[in-house]
Amino acid sequence: MLSIKDLTVNINDKQILKGINLEIKAGEIHAIMGPNGSGKSTLSHILSGKAGYEVTGGSVTYQGKDLLEMPPEIRAREGVFLAFQYPVEIPGVSNIYLLKAALNSIRKYHGQSEVDAMDFLTLVKGKVRLLEMDEKFLYRAVNEGFSGGEKKRNEILQMAILEPKLCILDETDSGLDIDALKIVAEGVNSLRSTDRSFVMVTHYQRLLDYIKPDKVHVLAHGQIVKSGSADLALELEEKGYGWLEDDKVAAQTLGTK
Amino acid sequence: MSATTASRYAAEYETIAPALPGQSLPWLQQLRANGFEKFSGHGFPGLREEEWRYTNVSALEKKLFSPATQLAASDIDSNWLRSYQLPDAWSVVLVDGYFSATLSSLEGLPETVSVLSMADALTKRVDKLENYISSAANNDEHSFVAFNTAWFTDGLFVHIPAKQVLEKPIQVLHLCSRNDVLATTRTVIIADESSEAKVIETFAGLDSAYLSAAVTEVFVGENAELTLYKIQCESEKAYHFGGTYVKQSRNARFIHHNFAFGGLLARSDIHTDLDQASECELNGLYLGVKRQHIDNHTRINHLKPYAISRELYKGVLDDRARGVFQGRVTVAEDAQKTDSQMNNRNLLLSADAEADTKPQLEIYADDVKCGHGVTVGQLDEKSVFYLQSRCIDEETARNMLTFAFANEMVDKIKVKDLHDLVLAQVLARFPQQGIEKEWL
Repeated sequence: MLSIKDLTVNINDKQILKGINLEIKAGEIHAIMGPNGSGKSTLSHILSGKAGYEVTGGSVTYQGKDLLEMPPEIRAREGVFLAFQYPVEIPGVSNIYLLKAALNSIRKYHGQSEVDAMDFLTLVKGKVRLLEMDEKFLYRAVNEGFSGGEKKRNEILQMAILEPKLCILDETDSGLDIDALKIVAEGVNSLRSTDRSFVMVTHYQRLLDYIKPDKVHVLAHGQIVKSGSADLALELEEKGYGWLEDDKVAAQTLGTK
Repeated sequence: MSATTASRYAAEYETIAPALPGQSLPWLQQLRANGFEKFSGHGFPGLREEEWRYTNVSALEKKLFSPATQLAASDIDSNWLRSYQLPDAWSVVLVDGYFSATLSSLEGLPETVSVLSMADALTKRVDKLENYISSAANNDEHSFVAFNTAWFTDGLFVHIPAKQVLEKPIQVLHLCSRNDVLATTRTVIIADESSEAKVIETFAGLDSAYLSAAVTEVFVGENAELTLYKIQCESEKAYHFGGTYVKQSRNARFIHHNFAFGGLLARSDIHTDLDQASECELNGLYLGVKRQHIDNHTRINHLKPYAISRELYKGVLDDRARGVFQGRVTVAEDAQKTDSQMNNRNLLLSADAEADTKPQLEIYADDVKCGHGVTVGQLDEKSVFYLQSRCIDEETARNMLTFAFANEMVDKIKVKDLHDLVLAQVLARFPQQGIEKEWL
């Protein structure tokens, strides 16, 4: 599904990612954890095509194609979805209009006809119920005046409707109370399938209580310093990140284990 | 052109004047003579005048626009007319500055309501007109008003008697059909106490260079409500100078929607005087492309206590277009408890586009609530990326965001047919696929 090799990335001539290697197979859930400033968000931005980053080396291959060559909308149409850490408010553009425009862009890209209006409404309303949202949200401007939890739910709603292949969840758990967290996690779990992969970028382990990852990677100082099973997340919760990032020598040693 | 140079237009006046309507009325003759005197002594406004410093009208003297001598209603293509005309409205059509009876339709208008061409009103409603014309738009205001008073060939007279509520809007279409024509019209709208009406002024022209100079005077009686829409879709080679001068009585409500889309050079003045506890709402949307210059100049005079004014003007400027907003709110010493808000928001879509904005507050009372805000900016790149990450290509994403910015003003239109007509024009400028109106 996704293969990242020796990826190095600069922002304003400062190296943020210092050689990332990551292999994600179809159906897998990978958690990327790490302290603030480790490069987690940079990684998710790079995958979704945000401007302002300079790739200085390495490659990202998505379903056999060079992902870095694609503009953001083509990545999205190819099935890459970023659930934003801070979803953007767009006054004047309704949720439902954005959803339909997005869905039709994907269909057009794949040579399909536009979605039937009735089918679309049925699909959307079903997903709205799944995420325990009010239908009124559909007719409100995208994220405008939404609470933090509502914004995150809205991201998952979009994901559920667009049915991407690779879902990147950037700090989706931040700002969520426990009830909202459960609903979001259920939404994500309902989307799990053998041909869909997830990258969950998170600072804390608590989201992983509800969405069990296949692999956990620890990112520190722009490198993956440790990879392991879901148990690694529990170990991090207990010990913190200090033991992994204290000094670079230790980090590199662990990284090569 | 400077103020001291004699205007080429003034030199022509002698040949034009005899054919103007109302020449048998001494008071009007005097008014016109006063207008002519003011204009010929001064010419069109110059850049040295504070109110005109951003808008150079010297091109008008390089080209001599002349009034049409006969009605050209037959030149008007009915399909073209229909693209601006509302199906469910009382409709008055002025072509090249003259009322066209064949194109107008006032069927079913209540008998107590007067809608007449200005030329007609100057014979049939003289008593009324004498008291009103020029009492809101004074020749001293600036030389365009003086010019209009001296030159107007026709226009419209609307009188809505007390307590009359008009179910349908009255639409006035000002059309220009040929090159080099000068269309000078004067409109007087009187809404007597406790009446309610909507009037739509649409300005449009065939693809040609012409000068449209219109002055509208509005009198909103006590407790009356008048909504005036101005839809300015002049041809892209045209010059448009329009002034709307309003007097509001106690508790009167005046709502103005100013959509400025067309013209090579377009200037609108909207002035209103607020009496005690009256309310005004001034909304504006200007969209400039290519080398368009669109100037909107508003003045709100709070003369008495407890009046409320709300103003929001939004501009979208692309290519080398220039938008000017000058808004002044004056609160007289006597106007305590005034509540006033003025905002101007500009979106620049190109590096060569320009917005000049100048809000002014002049407050002479001490117990008032007045605010103003101005922004000039570009599209938010975070929003563009968000939409791209949701499969929308960059161009469509920018169109969606620009449209959303403009649509706030379109949404304020309460006449459905008009809303749809303006919406279609805005959407045509910012194309998006698969948009469904009911979702906007």
